[in-house]
Parts: sequence; structure tokens; C-alpha cells
Amino acid sequence: MDLEFGSQIVFYAMLAKLAFVLIVLLHVAPIMAWAERRICSWMQNRTGPNRVGPFGLLQSLADAIKFIFKEDLVPAHVRKWYYLLAPGLCVVPAFMTFAVVPFGPIVEIQGVQIPLQVSTMNVGFLYIMSISSLAVYGIIVASWASNNKYSMLGGLRSTAQMISYELAMGLSLVAIIMHFNSVDLMQISTVQGGNLTIFGKELAFLPNWGIFHQPLAALIFIIAAFAETNRLPFDLPEGESEIVAGYHLEYGGMKWSLFFMAEYAHMITASGLVATFFLGGWQAPGAESLINLLGLNSEWSYWLLILAQVIAFWTKVVLFMLFFIVVRFTLPRFRYDQLMWLGWKVLVPIGLVNIVLTAVAIAVAAQ
Amino acid sequence: MIDFIQNQLPTILYITFCVFSVLFGLGVIFLKNPVSAAFSLILVFLNVAGIFALQHAFFIAAVQVLVYAGAIMVLFIFVIMLLSVEHVEKDWPKKQAYLPIPIALSVALAGVFIYAILNTNFHITKGPYSVERIEELGGNITVLSQHMFSLYAVPFLAVGMLLSIAVVGAVVLAKRKVE
Repeated sequence: MDLEFGSQIVFYAMLAKLAFVLIVLLHVAPIMAWAERRICSWMQNRTGPNRVGPFGLLQSLADAIKFIFKEDLVPAHVRKWYYLLAPGLCVVPAFMTFAVVPFGPIVEIQGVQIPLQVSTMNVGFLYIMSISSLAVYGIIVASWASNNKYSMLGGLRSTAQMISYELAMGLSLVAIIMHFNSVDLMQISTVQGGNLTIFGKELAFLPNWGIFHQPLAALIFIIAAFAETNRLPFDLPEGESEIVAGYHLEYGGMKWSLFFMAEYAHMITASGLVATFFLGGWQAPGAESLINLLGLNSEWSYWLLILAQVIAFWTKVVLFMLFFIVVRFTLPRFRYDQLMWLGWKVLVPIGLVNIVLTAVAIAVAAQ
Repeated sequence: MIDFIQNQLPTILYITFCVFSVLFGLGVIFLKNPVSAAFSLILVFLNVAGIFALQHAFFIAAVQVLVYAGAIMVLFIFVIMLLSVEHVEKDWPKKQAYLPIPIALSVALAGVFIYAILNTNFHITKGPYSVERIEELGGNITVLSQHMFSLYAVPFLAVGMLLSIAVVGAVVLAKRKVE
């Protein structure tokens, strides 16, 4: 009876977590599209979309309705089957990666432990690498199926770029899992609680976040995340001024907006990973002592703390997504040779050096 | 519903993955468009990864996707698309005179396999690492890395050296000046 009750809780919690994450991922595209346009216009001293609804908030809704009612055009010269397949291939890996990102601590409901992450695989880090390595197919297929020179150029650029930067990203993550001594993202988030402790010395004014332990890995990971999501300054696959629109040149209407959604889903996943690895995940520094000040009973303060931690995670994600937007309108696009130079001759060697440094630090600390 | 997910769904998924991996495997051989064949191969790898994941071998599943589906097949598809070999299919002769020979050879090989399988006594001895034991020891990666860096450290390093030599060799061959 007890076991059955436990599995029921786990089941409904799983449904709730799935629904929550899917709703967040599906809604991020319209909200981010609005935020991107407003922030861009604010940075460039323009007005931006401000007519539909308060602050132009309903502009994305209007856009979505426009996309849905647009004619679903398939150009005559494309490879039809692959042309229709490509947007789906782009969206699915982008959504799948978020499955292992913990957006809250392990919650205990009547003795049943429920981790606030969709899937608790014990190979979390490898799962991220493998699914994000599939993301390149959507772009390759779109570029090839479009049967268009500019699309093909965009596809070739994106393939080279994503493969190159995946390597740097993997190397930075190796240092991270060496440091935290775990590949489980929940575990990595858990050990980032408390005050910053380096070589046994506690610094009371900083939280125990990965970015203070592994600044080099954080730098590499963030740069690689920009490249993997094809955002400026790494938007060579799209490069409007060079190859019109790159891999999604031949797409229109809802099929195009699927690429758009995939880009934002990649962004939120990358932000979630940066938050998990470097910004303490769901750790909310100071939340526990603040809640204790309120003097509530233990059950209330327990749930309030979990709510605070979930909010802390999403706050970090949103802040990093805003950082994505601000960078987009600050930096110009790389030249192709600069891109390859940065990936192979700067980030990969730094990543290797960082691994060696981390290994030495661990060996020194162990003595 | 919960009972279905816990008890029947893994079996159904297993059969689905098996059937699809065989079907897409046939697709690799019989599809005439090289790009379609390459994509079938990717789907075979993904289905095999699914089978591994159902056996709780998450590490092998992840590596299967990462290395085969994510890295090697990207290169395959890249080359196929760049060379546009999709037009080659038109030049293939419809009837091939030598076809009986491979058919006879494959039938003979299949016969040998079936004979061997039917005449073997399978003594299945379980290894020390059951699913529960691996969970107890701290997950697939922990168990694997502990073996790799202690008992199998020398073979592991030797494989690493071999791969580095192969990479250096490939670079040397590619950089060689054509006279």
C-alpha cells in the first residue's frame, strides 16, 4: 500500500514536472522575441513594438497568429520530405536537453523523494553532450533540403562551427565534473550551497558557486554556448548581410517560426546549464536565513525555501538570457577565420590547460 | 496507468526499438538515395541507444548517440551532401550479373550462423555488475571510470595513443604536397 502510494506520487510529480518544463520551453519563444525587440530598441534609442497591448506585450501573440494563418508554402525546387522534416529535427533536441537540468532541489513529500528535474539519469553530463551533438542535424538537413546556395553555405558554416565549439564546451565541462566530482547535475547544484570555500578557507561574502571555482571553464563554456546557439557574435550560419538568412532562407510561416523556437529553446537550455554549472543552480544564497527570520513553522518554511530556490534558478536563467540579448546588440559578427581561430587555437588549448590545472589543484588539495 | 508504465511500457519500447533498428538497418541497404541511407543509419544508432538505455546502460547509450550519431554520421552526411552523390543512383545498372554470388554467400553464412546458434549450449553467467549493484556503487560512469583508471589503465592509455597516432597520420597524409 505504502509503496503504491509512493509510486503514485512519483508518477503525478513526473507529469507535473514534464508539463511545467514544456510550458516554460514553449512560452519562452514569444516572450523572448518581445524582450529581444524591446531591449534592442532601447539599446539603439528606438521605440520598438509598443502598439499591441501594454508595452507591446501582445505583439508576439499577433505574430504567432500571423504565422499560423500564413500560407504553408513549399517551394518547388526543394527536397520535400527533408524540407518538411528539418524544422522538427531542429526543435526536438533543443527541447530534449532541458530534461536533465535541475530547476529545484530534491523535494520530500511524505517520505517520497522527488527531484525537481525531469529525468534523473546518472550520466547527466554525457546526455547533454550527446543530445546537443544531434542539434546540428536540423540545420544540415534544412540547408541541404532547401537546395539553395546560400542555405548550403549557412549549413556548412554551422556544421563546422558547432562541431568545433562542442569540443571546447566538452573540455570545459570535464574540468567542471573533475572539480565537483560528479556528473549528476543535481549533485553539482547541491554542492554549490553555502559560502565560497577554496582550499579549506571560507570566504563569507561570496556564494560557493562554480564560476568562482572555475573561472576559465566558465569563460570557455559561455563562449561555446553562444556559438552552439548560433547567436551573435557567432551567427555566421544566418549572417544576413553575407548569406541572406542561411539555413532557413527557404522557410516561411510556421516552419520558419519552428527554427525561431528552437533557437530560443537552445538559449534557455544553455542559460539553464550556465546557471547549474557556474551560478549555483537552484541555490538561493541567504534565502534560508531570511525565511528563518520570518519565524514560520517548519513545514511552511520548508516549502517557502523550495519556492525561493525554484525562483532563484529561473531568475538566474532569465538574467543570463538577458545577457544573451545584450551581447547580441553589442558585438559585431566574427569573420569566419576568426571564428575557427578562436575555437581551435584559443579555447581548446585553454580548456586543456584548465583540465591540467584543475587536476593539479585537486591533487594539492587532497594532500 | 502506473502499472502499465512500470511493467508493460519497457517491453513495448524494447520491441519497438528492436523492430525499428532492423527496419532502418534494411533501409541503409535498400534505399537508393545515399542521404536517406545515411539517415537510416543514424536512426539505427538512435534505436540501439534506446535499447541500451532500457537496459540501464546509460553510459553506452549516451556514447552511442554522442560518437556514432553525433560525430561520425555528421561527417558521412557532410561528405555525401558536399559531393552530391545522390545522382549516382541513376547510373546504377538495373540488372547485375554477379548478383547470384553474394546471395549464395549470404545464404551460406546465415546457414552457418543458424547452425552454430542451434548447436551451442549457452551457459549464461551473470557478471558482477547488475543494475542494482551499479546504482549502489554510484552510477555507470563511476564504476566504469574506476575500472578504466585502475585495472585497465594500460590498455586505455594504449588505445588513446593509437588514436593520437591515427590523428597525426591523417594530418600528415592530408598535408602532404601533391607532386
